[in-house]
Amino acid sequence: MLIVIAVMAIGIVIGYFLRHKALLIKINNKFTMWAIYLLLFVLGVSIGANETIMKNLPILGLKALTITFGGVVGSIFLAWFTYTKFFKNKEQE
Amino acid sequence: MKGSITILCFFSVGLFFGYSKVLPDFLIKNDYSSYALYFLMFLVGIGVGTDTKAFEVLKGFNFKIILIPLTTIVGTALGISLIFLFIPNLSFREAQAVGAGYGYYSLSSIIITETYSKTLGVIALLSNVMREIITLLLAPLMVTFFGKIAPVCSGGATSMDTTLPIITSVSGKEFAIISLFHGIVLTILVPFIVSLVIAL
Repeated sequence: MLIVIAVMAIGIVIGYFLRHKALLIKINNKFTMWAIYLLLFVLGVSIGANETIMKNLPILGLKALTITFGGVVGSIFLAWFTYTKFFKNKEQE
Repeated sequence: MKGSITILCFFSVGLFFGYSKVLPDFLIKNDYSSYALYFLMFLVGIGVGTDTKAFEVLKGFNFKIILIPLTTIVGTALGISLIFLFIPNLSFREAQAVGAGYGYYSLSSIIITETYSKTLGVIALLSNVMREIITLLLAPLMVTFFGKIAPVCSGGATSMDTTLPIITSVSGKEFAIISLFHGIVLTILVPFIVSLVIAL
């Protein structure tokens, strides 16, 4: 778990020193994209082969939707607060 | 997050291959995928380190702008804290980890799958895809009822790319930079927050 953060932090430091190497940035973006594609493909394969998950997919979808609903509603209510408190009046000035 | 459809295609094709069992067993029992995750996180880290956009956007901008990603993080956590009680067989921590994807479904679902469980990984994938779709569909309504920042916060990490066009059209061009900054900050924070929450 914490390895994920450590590895990423090392990447950030290395990346910062290489931030002017345009070609490297381009190659890195390509690799990142394909790594994501590959991992999601692998995730798909292992889920497709998992009968318990496949059978419960509609229930998982419903759970996912409920979490999304909570997150979005919470965000927009607080956004309304932040907007009226810190941004709205300033905009009118 | 670019090419969301491409990403979902790869996942769906994988789903089909796995379900139809046409692949050899050694490909399905993948224990090496956690190394692939570390490799990916290293690449993502380099991407963040070389990306100077976030600092450039910050320059000459009111520091109040930081309140917006903060609003999304706190708002999401609060909303999920209220609603997770209605979801059977899901712990507070699991629900928060899914929410901490803030729409960045590719990375958040991969991290959750590799470090926690496949089932929760699927929920994270679906939930965060839905966040993007809901924002795309409801952005105009959000502005009407909750103000111009609402679609930015709803979009989460996607406010820097996929939902940026709709946000700019409903909130106004002056919110483009805010939206971009918000998305960049959340995109950087997602791997940290998701792995921390799931490790709690």
